[in-house]
Amino acid sequence: MNPVNYLYLAALLFTIGATGVLIRRNAIVVFMCVELMLNACNLAFVAFARMHGNLDGQIIAFFTMVVAAAEVVVGLAIIVSVFRARHSASVDDASLMKL
Amino acid sequence: MENLIALLVAAPLLGAAVLLCGGRRLDAVGHWIGTAFAAASFVLGVVLFADMLGKSPEHRTLMQHLFSWIPVEGFQANVGFQLDQLSMTFVLLITGVGSLIHVYSIGYMEHDERRRRFFGYLNLFLAAMLLLVVADNYLLLYVGWEGVGLASYLLIGFWQHKPSAATAAKKAFLVNRVGDMGLSIAIMLMFTTFGTFAFGPVLQSTGDAGEGKLTAIGLMLLLAACGKSAQVPLQSWLGDAMEGPTPVSALIHAATMVTAGVYLIVRSGDIFNAAPDAQLAVTVVGAVTLLFGAIVGCAKDDIKKALAGSTMSQIGYMVLAAGLGPIGYAFAIMHLVTHGFFKAGLFLGAGSVMHGMNDEVDMRKYGGLRKYMPITFVTFGLGYLAIIGFPGLSGFFSKDKIIEAAFAKGGAEGWILGGAALLGAAITAFYMTRVMLMTFFGEKRWQPDEHGNEPHPHESPKVMTIPMIVLAVGSVFAGAFFGIGERFVKWLEPVTGFEHGHPPVSALTVTLSTVAVMVVGVGFAYAQYGRRPVPVVAPRGSLLTRAARRDLLQDDFNHVVLVRGGEHLTRSLVYVDHTLVDGVVNGTAATMGGLSGRLRKLQNGFARSYAVSMFGGAAVLIAATLLMRAV
Amino acid sequence: MTAQLAAYTTSTGEAFQFWVLGTIAVIGALCTVFMKKAVHSALCLAGTMIVLAVFYLANGAYFLGIVQIVVYTGAIMMLFLFVVMLVGVTAADSLKETIKGQRWLALLCGLGFGTLLIGGIGNASLKEFNGLGRANANGNVEGLATLIFTKYVFAFELTGALLITATVGAMVLTHRERTERAKTQRELAEQRVREGKHVPPLPAPGVYARHNAVDIAGLLPDGTPSELTVSKTLRDRGQVRDVSTEALSDLKALEQRAEDRLERSNSGGSNSGEASK
Repeated sequence: MNPVNYLYLAALLFTIGATGVLIRRNAIVVFMCVELMLNACNLAFVAFARMHGNLDGQIIAFFTMVVAAAEVVVGLAIIVSVFRARHSASVDDASLMKL
Repeated sequence: MENLIALLVAAPLLGAAVLLCGGRRLDAVGHWIGTAFAAASFVLGVVLFADMLGKSPEHRTLMQHLFSWIPVEGFQANVGFQLDQLSMTFVLLITGVGSLIHVYSIGYMEHDERRRRFFGYLNLFLAAMLLLVVADNYLLLYVGWEGVGLASYLLIGFWQHKPSAATAAKKAFLVNRVGDMGLSIAIMLMFTTFGTFAFGPVLQSTGDAGEGKLTAIGLMLLLAACGKSAQVPLQSWLGDAMEGPTPVSALIHAATMVTAGVYLIVRSGDIFNAAPDAQLAVTVVGAVTLLFGAIVGCAKDDIKKALAGSTMSQIGYMVLAAGLGPIGYAFAIMHLVTHGFFKAGLFLGAGSVMHGMNDEVDMRKYGGLRKYMPITFVTFGLGYLAIIGFPGLSGFFSKDKIIEAAFAKGGAEGWILGGAALLGAAITAFYMTRVMLMTFFGEKRWQPDEHGNEPHPHESPKVMTIPMIVLAVGSVFAGAFFGIGERFVKWLEPVTGFEHGHPPVSALTVTLSTVAVMVVGVGFAYAQYGRRPVPVVAPRGSLLTRAARRDLLQDDFNHVVLVRGGEHLTRSLVYVDHTLVDGVVNGTAATMGGLSGRLRKLQNGFARSYAVSMFGGAAVLIAATLLMRAV
Repeated sequence: MTAQLAAYTTSTGEAFQFWVLGTIAVIGALCTVFMKKAVHSALCLAGTMIVLAVFYLANGAYFLGIVQIVVYTGAIMMLFLFVVMLVGVTAADSLKETIKGQRWLALLCGLGFGTLLIGGIGNASLKEFNGLGRANANGNVEGLATLIFTKYVFAFELTGALLITATVGAMVLTHRERTERAKTQRELAEQRVREGKHVPPLPAPGVYARHNAVDIAGLLPDGTPSELTVSKTLRDRGQVRDVSTEALSDLKALEQRAEDRLERSNSGGSNSGEASK
């Protein structure tokens, strides 16, 4: 098997995640889809690290994880406070940008 | 000594500030304060004059740099003063005659409750005029120039409760704006040509500039002078300016305002010397105006308007002389000074007559006043003799020199200009005799007005007559003092330069013919108004008379050409604006609005919608990248 | 896994593992997107992440594989579940699309994006496989540590700052300051008496003899539900189950049955009467 297959898998997962972001309304699920996209990227980085024979790709994946963790903490806090204020976790309800 | 120059300007300015900011508290003493500041300025002027006399003629110019007004790289505007013989002459005339008019106004404005304000404006007028003549660069001169315009506006419209006065003030201001525009353009041209607008550098480097540019500057300066000095074609404001109190008329006509234009031309003499076309234009304007004003003066029944026509005509003489170059500058200024004396005296006399006649201005309702107001009669009479150029009086010396210089211009031009000046002298004699006869001689023609108040002509108080007497003395002796031995010419020569003109006929012939035409003019007037009774209601008169009564149709001309034309232009512009400009603007707006309305639908406020756009954009970016790699 | 194996191609074992687990990962991802309930989505995502952790291990990223399990599946997904619990476990999302054309556009974009991406990878000349043999010679963790604390030390410090900031941010966002002292029971009772409404305790939820769950509003005598009987939190979340229509239809059925019974008893009565006569 060619390790490029890992990249195909990563691309597939990324696309699924992105589509999920677009079609789901529950903010938590949207958020999970974002996490899926991040993980797909990580997989690609790890596969690249193996191809290039150095560890820089893994380092990037590592940093991605750290940043994702931070992002999750803040994002979920935002979801909780929005829910508190509006009693809804739907992203469509926050359509105040419209005229 | 230099510091006194600033003080000279500051004194009346301080007076104006005190009087205008002081409020009602100063009502009781306001006129004394105003007169004191004007007199202080005169005293300073005399001190400076005495100092100047003590120096050799070449070293009499005083320069004072006060401060840098606008110091910018490549643009240096300074506030500085230059006091030379030319400025000195004006300073003495302005402060001297101005102070006398102040004194006179104490009596004339006695019953006016806004007298304090009046004196504030008078002081402001003096300050602006002094700034104008002692400035050492054109920009500062322009400040004084505008100050004079402002003060004249305030004073002409002083009796603002009269709609005619308010309109006259507005008219004077607007017509002056045209001239001001000329001055500002001239200053800009100077800056682009010479890189500075200080008198010294500009006037010394006229040789470096092209003649075309100098002609343009000269014509713009001439336009400015026309506005301030009421020369054709910007003369229409002067007659209406008679709506102001009479001392204001005296001040405007004798000491300030109208002399500013002559000062400007003489001061810029080097520019005109280097631009003969502009100089010719100056002489033409002067000649036309001196005839124009004289003809208007013949037809007016309003004593002040008749005198206004005469002022226009006399300033025309000065402008004509100033246009003749070095052979005329000194005579222009000399005539200006003598004219300052006798015209101030005439106006103050007219004011005195009106004062005694319940403010009646129509000369047809005067008559025989010499018995009732002898002092006014004598002083007015001396002024009259001076202005018509009666031999030995001041007008004779100055006007005769101008006519001589006009002939000395040479060639056909000299004959035409000299002839015009000579004709002007005859007409001057005619209309001034007419004024004299209608006012002081003949039968009394006044009647009770509609309220049944019959005027009781009486002599004015001393505070009014003493200035008149002083001015009458000036009118009699100033000319002889200046003219004999060319004293005045020598005094001014270091500044303006001087050349002896050589008329085609001998000077004696010119003088004799001047006297002869004067006698003819007087004779005509006597035949018309002295031998026959003057009708109280003006007869219909000839076409020329009727036109002259309407100021030779100048207002009609302005109305038809400028006002109507302007209206038509405005209307067509409004039409273009409404259809074309608004059409384009509104069309653009409507198109944008429609497009935006459609685009707005993309902005539905849903974050997911926006995310789709982002995602689609990312897809397009990948496609583009792949495409670029493939190519 | 030896360097030799990782170098050019993978072992049959890894290929087998890839195809099986890859299928699972894709199914998990699809389920994450299409499951109605957020809990199910979260669980599916956790499954996908574990699969990814295995893939990391297979690719020689031992440290990351462990971290993926511990941090992602262990901590982050639990945080998700915790929030799902806070927001409402039972609330199922309607998958019906409200924005016109959104779903089709999204699918179109996704399809195009995926196709382009996969096409791009297929086009790329990824022919070199060095393997991690040399890089991992001193151990994967040591190798990573060397890089992090030398080449990437600055980024590392920055992520530390980022984590602290995120922690503080989360606290700020979720923390609510109590501006006044909580009222004691006595004060609450006095307030109720003062206001004069609902002096006695609020009515209990549930419908007698049928439902006694706290999310079911009690019914008033006319069969309509009473808001007062359920807790405010549930009301706000919209998790109150309304059984009033059910109860009303029950009542109707009861009446129907009763009438039937009565008719039958009437007719039966007459019959029996007649019979007795």
